[in-house]
Amino acid sequence: MSKELIRLSDCVVKFDDEIILDHLNLYINDKEFLTLLGPSGCGKTTTLRIIGGFLSPTSGDVFFDGQRCNDVPPHKRQVNTVFQKYALFPHLNVFENVAFGLRIAKRPEGEIHDRVMEMLEVVNLKGFEKRPISALSGGQQQRVAIARALVNRPKVLLLDEPLGALDMRLRKDMQNELKRIQQEMEITFIYVTHDQEEALAMSDTVVVMDGGRIQQIGSPEDIYNEPKNAFVADFIGESNIIDGIMRSDGVVEIFNRCFKCLDGGFDKDEPLDVVIRPEDVDIVPESEGQLKGTVTQVTFKGVHYDTIVDFYGFKWLIQTTDFCPVDSHIGIKIDPDGIHVMKKSAYSGMFGDYSSYSEEYEEIGDASIDPEEEGSGDEE
Amino acid sequence: MKSKLNRFAIPYVVWMALFVVTPILLMVIYAFSSVDGGFTLDNFTSMGEYLPVFTRSFKLAIIATLICLLMGYPMAYFMAKEGPRFQRVAMALIMLPMWMNFLLRTYAWMSILENNGLINQLLGALGILDALGTDHVQLIRTQAAVVLGMVYNYLPFMILPIYSVIVKLDHSLLEAARDLGANSLNVFRKVIFPLSIPAIISGVTMVFVPSVSTFAISRLLGGGEELMLGDLIEQQFLGGAYDPYLGAAISMVMMVIVVVCMVLMNHFGEGEEQAVML
Repeated sequence: MSKELIRLSDCVVKFDDEIILDHLNLYINDKEFLTLLGPSGCGKTTTLRIIGGFLSPTSGDVFFDGQRCNDVPPHKRQVNTVFQKYALFPHLNVFENVAFGLRIAKRPEGEIHDRVMEMLEVVNLKGFEKRPISALSGGQQQRVAIARALVNRPKVLLLDEPLGALDMRLRKDMQNELKRIQQEMEITFIYVTHDQEEALAMSDTVVVMDGGRIQQIGSPEDIYNEPKNAFVADFIGESNIIDGIMRSDGVVEIFNRCFKCLDGGFDKDEPLDVVIRPEDVDIVPESEGQLKGTVTQVTFKGVHYDTIVDFYGFKWLIQTTDFCPVDSHIGIKIDPDGIHVMKKSAYSGMFGDYSSYSEEYEEIGDASIDPEEEGSGDEE
Repeated sequence: MKSKLNRFAIPYVVWMALFVVTPILLMVIYAFSSVDGGFTLDNFTSMGEYLPVFTRSFKLAIIATLICLLMGYPMAYFMAKEGPRFQRVAMALIMLPMWMNFLLRTYAWMSILENNGLINQLLGALGILDALGTDHVQLIRTQAAVVLGMVYNYLPFMILPIYSVIVKLDHSLLEAARDLGANSLNVFRKVIFPLSIPAIISGVTMVFVPSVSTFAISRLLGGGEELMLGDLIEQQFLGGAYDPYLGAAISMVMMVIVVVCMVLMNHFGEGEEQAVML
């Protein structure tokens, strides 16, 4: 990782008294693949629009390469964007779409031709240059959008949920493709997504956002293994989040039983959130278990079974390759490195219990919530 | 499914056959007929003397169409950029005159432009007429008055299609253009304008065709001195120069010229979707 390229300093964005970004501080290094990850309405697209120049923060500063650039319009920034729905020009063919930026910059015809063809090769669209946009599939349009942005050799490429409209297989392929292109071109990618798997698979750095604030910044491993609060733990992967009490360094009490853990440095008897990932739990015979519970639901997932186990009224998700039938009594063991302790936060108690459906699921059935509203919250 | 569609299409087909195809056929038959019913080309060969009427009609219609385009495009563009409330009010104002009868609107212009009309009275009251040494400025019975009438009556037909295309332009396309280095002028030149060409074509069509064939506007504002094709044709059917065979022939020639113009226009905007032909 090299020098710092972009810095957002204390950025606030308000629309009609609604706070979209709440004192955001973020710096982005050159040649980094950074992902802004969060649920819809968390401010990630707003952050991207600030960097792209489509939006000025209500207060706070934006620096590009050390220069303050709050008021630099988009067409004067060394930044290009791959838009969510591609925003390809319907009146131009593939070649002219990709050539758009070069023609604006009045590059010589020969150079335009060479650079466009080279870029079409990078995105695997050789031979498509004469096609009209309407004759392309979603995946091909996606590639044109990437080529159109990259052909201008920007210092930073902004990608706003670029794979959202693609189906699963194609999305996986494009993830690899994007990572390859980023490494090949050696430029900074700032990637916005709500898909945590995508974020973990591609990024050097993940920025988890919610409610207009950054919840955590770190490498994918850090974010997954050492979530800072219940929101991050729940949003990234599956988590059981349980109330615990720190009895001493390396000892945490859950359900009135003491467990060994690796964390320390908390106050004695401090209440905490304890994260236990479903794959870190070993199922053992009831008599050998540190905790004893009853299986209430089993779902076959291919690699493993999603087993919901009731411990004293609190339901855990355990991912195991051993099949345990419903209503069987089991014990569990958790290794010290499987227990992660987090300070209490505003998110404590909101996540991590598998006895109910997720919030998203309940929103679907709630007629009073307008799904459009959330998405448009990100817009200008 | 297909037969069902066909059944519902029958009234339309009957309507078209009765009121579109049949009249055109009648027109063609009349155009090639003489008074005694025999075949003749005289109607066309004798048309040469009306050449000035043809050129005048097309000239005035083209001028009116150009003025409508030059006025209508910016109006539509800035209207589309404003907020929804402004758009509603502006739309209502544009449509308002169209809720009145076309002839009434044109009569209103007569009383404004007449030799002792509103403008001349105003000029007189201001002493401008005295300064010019005349008792009136000739406004009515000029080609300019005819063009004014055309522009006034047909401008909405230019604004509406252009407005509706620009207002529906995907905002992200404009952002994409800016992102790729285009300043406002280039965004307009390279994205907004090319994407509004189909609307321009349909606007031009909707202004040009009624302009070139009008007879009320030229009669009322041109005072019969600026004879246009519409007047000429009308005279052959209703006027003193009764000759429906010649009238049909003129109509046919005019229709062919208009169709050729429209085909050329559409060809010019080829590759654009939804190019509308009248």
